[in-house]
Amino acid sequence: MEQFYVFLQQMVNGISLGSIYALIALGYTMVYGIIKLINFAHGDIYMVGAFVGYFAINYLHVGFFGSLFIAMAACVLLGILIERIAYKPLRNATRIAALITAIGVSFLLEYTTVFALGAQSRAFPEVLGNIRFGFFGNKVFITNKELLIYGVTLALMVLLQFIVKKTKTGKAMRAVAFDRDAAMLMGVNIDNTISATFALGSALAGAAGVLVGIYYSAISPLMGMNPGLKAFVAAVLGGIGSIPGAALGGVLMGVIETMVIAYGQSTFRDAVAFAILIIILIIKPSGIFGSNAREKV
Amino acid sequence: MKMRKLLAVTLLLAFVLVMTAGCGGTDANKTETKPAATDAAEVILGANFELSGAVAVYGQTKMNGVEIAIDEINKAGGILGKQVKLIKYDNKGDDAEALSLTTRLMTEDKIVTMLGPVTSGRVMVAVPVSEQFKIPLVTGTGTAAAITVADGKVNQYAFRICYTDEYQGKLAGKFAATSLGGKTAAMLVNQNDDYSIGLSEAFKTTFEENGGKVIEQVSFTNDDVNFNTALTKIIATNPDVLYVPAYYEQDALIAKQARELGYTKPIIGGDGWDSADYLLQTAGAAALQEVYFVNHYFSGDAEPAVKAFVDAYTAKYNETPSSFSALGYDTAMFVKDAIERAGSLDPVAIRDAMAATKEFKGITGNLAMGENHDPIKSAVIISFDADGKPILKEKLQ
Amino acid sequence: MKRLLTRQNMIITAALLVVYIIVQVLLSTGIISAFYETNLILGGIGIIMAVSLNLITGFAGQFTLGHAGFMAIGAYFSAVMTVKWGMPFILSLLGGACLAAVMGFLIGLPTLRLKGDYLAIATLGMGEVIRVVLLNTKYVGGAAGLFGIPRITNWTWIFVCSVVTVLCIRNLLWSSYGRACISVREDEVAAEIMGVDITHYKVLAFVVGAFFAGLGGALYSHYYYFIQPGGFGFMKSIEYLVMVVLGGMGSITGSVMAAIVLTVINVFLQQYSAIRMILYALLLIIIMIFRPEGLMGSKEFSTAMFRRFERRDDRGSAGGQ
Repeated sequence: MEQFYVFLQQMVNGISLGSIYALIALGYTMVYGIIKLINFAHGDIYMVGAFVGYFAINYLHVGFFGSLFIAMAACVLLGILIERIAYKPLRNATRIAALITAIGVSFLLEYTTVFALGAQSRAFPEVLGNIRFGFFGNKVFITNKELLIYGVTLALMVLLQFIVKKTKTGKAMRAVAFDRDAAMLMGVNIDNTISATFALGSALAGAAGVLVGIYYSAISPLMGMNPGLKAFVAAVLGGIGSIPGAALGGVLMGVIETMVIAYGQSTFRDAVAFAILIIILIIKPSGIFGSNAREKV
Repeated sequence: MKMRKLLAVTLLLAFVLVMTAGCGGTDANKTETKPAATDAAEVILGANFELSGAVAVYGQTKMNGVEIAIDEINKAGGILGKQVKLIKYDNKGDDAEALSLTTRLMTEDKIVTMLGPVTSGRVMVAVPVSEQFKIPLVTGTGTAAAITVADGKVNQYAFRICYTDEYQGKLAGKFAATSLGGKTAAMLVNQNDDYSIGLSEAFKTTFEENGGKVIEQVSFTNDDVNFNTALTKIIATNPDVLYVPAYYEQDALIAKQARELGYTKPIIGGDGWDSADYLLQTAGAAALQEVYFVNHYFSGDAEPAVKAFVDAYTAKYNETPSSFSALGYDTAMFVKDAIERAGSLDPVAIRDAMAATKEFKGITGNLAMGENHDPIKSAVIISFDADGKPILKEKLQ
Repeated sequence: MKRLLTRQNMIITAALLVVYIIVQVLLSTGIISAFYETNLILGGIGIIMAVSLNLITGFAGQFTLGHAGFMAIGAYFSAVMTVKWGMPFILSLLGGACLAAVMGFLIGLPTLRLKGDYLAIATLGMGEVIRVVLLNTKYVGGAAGLFGIPRITNWTWIFVCSVVTVLCIRNLLWSSYGRACISVREDEVAAEIMGVDITHYKVLAFVVGAFFAGLGGALYSHYYYFIQPGGFGFMKSIEYLVMVVLGGMGSITGSVMAAIVLTVINVFLQQYSAIRMILYALLLIIIMIFRPEGLMGSKEFSTAMFRRFERRDDRGSAGGQ
């Protein structure tokens, strides 16, 4: 029975980690869905979000929701700016050229932050306190921060799904993702739609940044490197372009990693995570929720 | 027709070679007209540090310490009456860069001694170059045994002023088994980091020699911020002590998460833990209770040199220095000391002076250079009071 | 025999020899200093890596992010052969390259049925798996790395190996195999209809690319005395991908040029230690915005350019899918 509680606790840990991957993966998947660009800078927008949240709490004393809002707003601006300056001129170039640009933008964000603020981590201010809720006679715990992460992730995901499926902008997004030329002929403003996609994706990344700051209580200019990569892998795992796919992929990544550490060789964690990914892709080449697009001849 | 492409490649290669040859040519001229090093107007030191890339934070923190030392030296009149010029390069944490920059510093920039690199791997690449050009290098943080001794042979031009992995791992193991009376231990190790692995191996050996047993070992990697899973696994085995040989950015998170998961027994670490401000701000005072780590010095020491350094550092960078900064400062001061004792700017003479160091008073403790170019220096165990302020727990020899 | 002895070939051979001898003389007289020599070697390794990656990504159109993984295999295996088994360098070079090719085959066969970004992620995962396995192999030093590797790589080795790499890949591309590879990039379905065995050609490109990446790795480990698994991570793969894209996907001379240009830029940026990465990032973005097809596009630099502006049909630049 002890073993079972430990397992439950590890599930809680895995889902928390996975929720963060999922939040970042959502932004990846949206941008990818519409312009087929692996936006390498996405992880760094998440980092910028964390820093904006940090400064908002420390200098504007706005509290959790205030900082979340400010960080999301700042990331929206940043996302649109990056899209307009760096990606828009490359819309008709090869996708790899756009990818290299994205890598450039990623370095630029990382090292400008390092230059301005130093590479060291900063302690994220404690705004929520620390409360643990015990279950099964205090054998399994969930913290208030974990509940917050689940809650915010879920809420943002539902909101996103609503925007994409029900609003006019969402419809335009889907139209552009499906066939850009046809959408243009139908009177969809391509530029604005793509900007809106970047805005949404970046807002999610900003939210993820603040949540991570609060959850782990430390942020650093290079914090976006690795989660960015993992989140992208999660997005592919779930089927890139699909919102539920990104969410599921993220949670799955988190749980797989956790279980490898808990019950396998922790030294092989990343190798096992990637090996599972490769196997899933070989069995189902377009990811779990991906639609198997038929090739037009 | 198609063969022309090859010709094109050739032409291009030729073009670039002419360019490089041109650059090389001017430098060769420089060599000829170069005055003997001892007559130089200034003392040129080189720094080859990891200022960007995954370990940038440690490179930058160490560089801060070096810069304070250089400022201080120059304000006090320099070395041998000459001002010090520090040429600093960023090796990006990349082996190829580290080698290329070491060569650049030692041949193009005519340095008399090189400081750095910060991480063992990069030092390993730089050492053969320093042997080749007979210019000493001093690392303040490269802890791998093979830096100073390879194949039973001492590398003549490589020095370090920090402990080896083995030394402080042993100290921690002994402390855990005897002073804390631990019978069982668990280790949380960074599998990407040879420092972490080296410490854990030495800890395990000594701890088990002293009657304890290591019952669990879990690994993490450089970028991890979430240790809940690893800690849940460790706590389930209920060890008497938890050994965490890692650097402070992750140590703070580990301490915090371990306490949140209900682990109240001692956590032990190495000198990578030293960063008073960051630990306290991130982990909080409560999490730092029953935390002990092996360190070079105690930052609250009444020793005037320590106090002066801590004050200067805090004034300039608005944070208390970590062990990286302190070791960076000492690296530069150690070089100054050696050059002054050598009485010349001849790299070979400086090397001899370094090897002959009997008593260098650094802020990270007094140091004598051992036969293997590893320092013989004292160690302390630091713990924390109820407010999270570091206190001196034990002095070790 | 007659075809080999054309005037063109003889000029090229002579020119190569002259270049080789000039540099060798400059090196031995010390006019090219030790520092520029290290960059010459680094540039040479860059050429080998970029040209071999270009074969996979630029010509066969298979977007891979795991090229450093093959480099790691070549670097480690050749170092083990030299250091632990006492083999001569030439055998270690070939051994490292061959093992990388074998791994390329084993990995390529299942993963190459994936397309575009899915393949990219699978190869990225593969690179990571190779790195983690090396990290956990005590025999090659684990995280502490493998040291005590003798420095054998020099200008002669680099020169010969890069010329051989460029020649082999160029000849492959101008053979029927190469045409088939390019047809796979242009349109898989059409190629298949025309009777091209697409899996065969994709795997072929992958194996040959991996072979030369292994060669590059072997040269690398025998120059830097020391190798560590961390040195062959994702960022290394990206570094070579940048060379390929910057030079132009599907242009061998472009890759060669980009490898050289980036090495020179790197040397130049070294003196601005605080902002070098910012400048590098800006350079990448600006070059891509103003020249998204890379320096050469899919064209080759050739003598014909000097005679007249030959109009060739653009092979298109649809990389990555």
